[in-house]
Amino acid sequence: MTTVTLRNVVKRYGTLGVIHGADLDIASGEFVVFVGPSGCGKSTLLRMIAGLEDITDGTISIGGQVVNDTEPADRGIAMVFQSYALYPHMTVAENLSFGLRMNGNDKADTARRVKKAMDILQIGPLSDRRPKALSGGQRQRVAIGRAIVREPKVFLFDEPLSNLDAELRVQMRVEIAKLHGALDATMIYVTHDQTEAMTLADKIVVLRDGRIEQVGRPLDLYDDPDNSFVAGFVGSPRMNFLRARVAGREGEHLRVVLPDFADAAVTLPIRETPQPGTMVSLGIRPEHFSAQGDGDSEIAVRVDVAEHLGATSYIYAQAGTADQIIIQSASARHEEQNGQPLIVGIPAAHAMLFAEDGHRIR
Amino acid sequence: MTARPMKSKRQSQRLASIAIHVVMVPLALLWLFPIYLMAVFSTMPDRAIFDPGINLLPTTGFIDNFRIIEDTTGFTRTLINSFVVAVVFTAVSILLTSMAGWALARYRFVGRGAIAGLVLGTLTLPYFVIVIPQYIMVARDFGLANTWFALIVPPLFSSLGVLFMRQAFVMMPGELFDAARVEGVKEWQIFTRVALPMARPTMAALGIILFLASWNNYLWPLLINTQNDMLTAPVALGALIGVTKVSWGGIMVGAVMMTLPMLVMFVLLQRQFVSGIAAGAVK
Repeated sequence: MTTVTLRNVVKRYGTLGVIHGADLDIASGEFVVFVGPSGCGKSTLLRMIAGLEDITDGTISIGGQVVNDTEPADRGIAMVFQSYALYPHMTVAENLSFGLRMNGNDKADTARRVKKAMDILQIGPLSDRRPKALSGGQRQRVAIGRAIVREPKVFLFDEPLSNLDAELRVQMRVEIAKLHGALDATMIYVTHDQTEAMTLADKIVVLRDGRIEQVGRPLDLYDDPDNSFVAGFVGSPRMNFLRARVAGREGEHLRVVLPDFADAAVTLPIRETPQPGTMVSLGIRPEHFSAQGDGDSEIAVRVDVAEHLGATSYIYAQAGTADQIIIQSASARHEEQNGQPLIVGIPAAHAMLFAEDGHRIR
Repeated sequence: MTARPMKSKRQSQRLASIAIHVVMVPLALLWLFPIYLMAVFSTMPDRAIFDPGINLLPTTGFIDNFRIIEDTTGFTRTLINSFVVAVVFTAVSILLTSMAGWALARYRFVGRGAIAGLVLGTLTLPYFVIVIPQYIMVARDFGLANTWFALIVPPLFSSLGVLFMRQAFVMMPGELFDAARVEGVKEWQIFTRVALPMARPTMAALGIILFLASWNNYLWPLLINTQNDMLTAPVALGALIGVTKVSWGGIMVGAVMMTLPMLVMFVLLQRQFVSGIAAGAVK
């Protein structure tokens, strides 16, 4: 059981900054997911924790020990790579035992650990095969097995499922969650897939351009994002952002109007008071739009495309020159057709307001 | 009606095939015929080789010709010398070029690009440009003429080999070596246990190239060695020409004995050779 702590961690390649002072506390046994778009620095941060990249400034501690200058092998970590990184000239069993053998580990102990990992992952029958003769899912298991035999205090996963097809990805996701339950180790997992982040994480770390935007439990990020980036990144389909203008206060509430929707007014329970006339954006998740008559205010749109999936429907709609919005509706049936006008309600309790620089107006 | 265009397509393919063979078969014979003649001449006394009536069938003089060349040069001994030199040369050269290639491919250090450029640059230098300065250095300055060391070591530097191996290592996914590092595998173990086994096809192809280069090397052994017991086969064969009486049959026997092992080796290793070169080129 091991904590991981990052204090003002900086990574620069020459003059190019990649990580700009990351601070993070990971509790023992926690499953933490780093998520963000391509190039946000999440893999770099993971490789810095692993010791595969030097850190330019700050400290990284594992289990209370500063490991800035510690070799990867001495950090008590194991890592699973995106490409699986299996040694192609070795069998599954040799792949699992290679690190232990090279370090002169006791033969009986090596055999015991390899057997245990194979049992956990049910790859015993594959032990004599080379990686070439394995399917993607099997390779993934072997890669995870190679991490397990090290009996690490911290598991690091670098986009481990991104090379698998959709069905296998879901299956392996469940297995990794089970594994976390069984091994009770601290796990740090990098992905650009917010579904993986939402389903696996105890805690999500959202990164953008080398900065940590927000840290929190999955539903906390979903329900209460700090800024428009996190609000847009977490949740699928993503949150809609409607152009809005601050109109003024109405007692406890702030009133905004939506210029793209015939100046429809929305009154929100917000304490801050931006200057009237300030342009802001109103964030509303696709599933929070309500049927006509149910919302606190209403907007008129035209249906571009309606996708009926059975349990739910996604309606892509537009009004005038505004960006396309996505409406999720469980009750929609065949009446929502392409090109038809539609009136939807906005419940004020679910709408969020963001300033032009992206920060949340509360 | 529908069968007709298909038939004409097949016909045109057959015509193309015939045309290709008409051109290629004589060309192939042009290459192969001298080799065949070499084999035939090695079985004839010199009188028969220069007989105006051309005889294209082998006779029974091979052993007699072999005796001539064996008596004048100790040819078996020179073949063994050549073999030993080529094996040691190939093994040491593969070891050195793979280590240099590994360093150039995997480590970041000041001057890495310049060194790689320099190595590449030496590829453009003809061997004849460096052979004389090299000879002066080794023979006069170091006083190493007529030693096995001088026979084997100076030609060891192979820029082609360094670039070949470097390319093979660059093509390997870096995550493999990261994985080994995380597992606590030492750097030299990563090189010997992970990288080298994966580079086996490239090493096989390079091995054949290096072995042939050493086996056929004429100029350097000719310059650096004057002792009879260290003669290599190409030099021994060359020495047969220029004495007053030239035994062409004997020379042909020597040529056959030098060519045959290489031919057999190439045929046996053809697949590895091609795949190794292709791996370096496109993988």
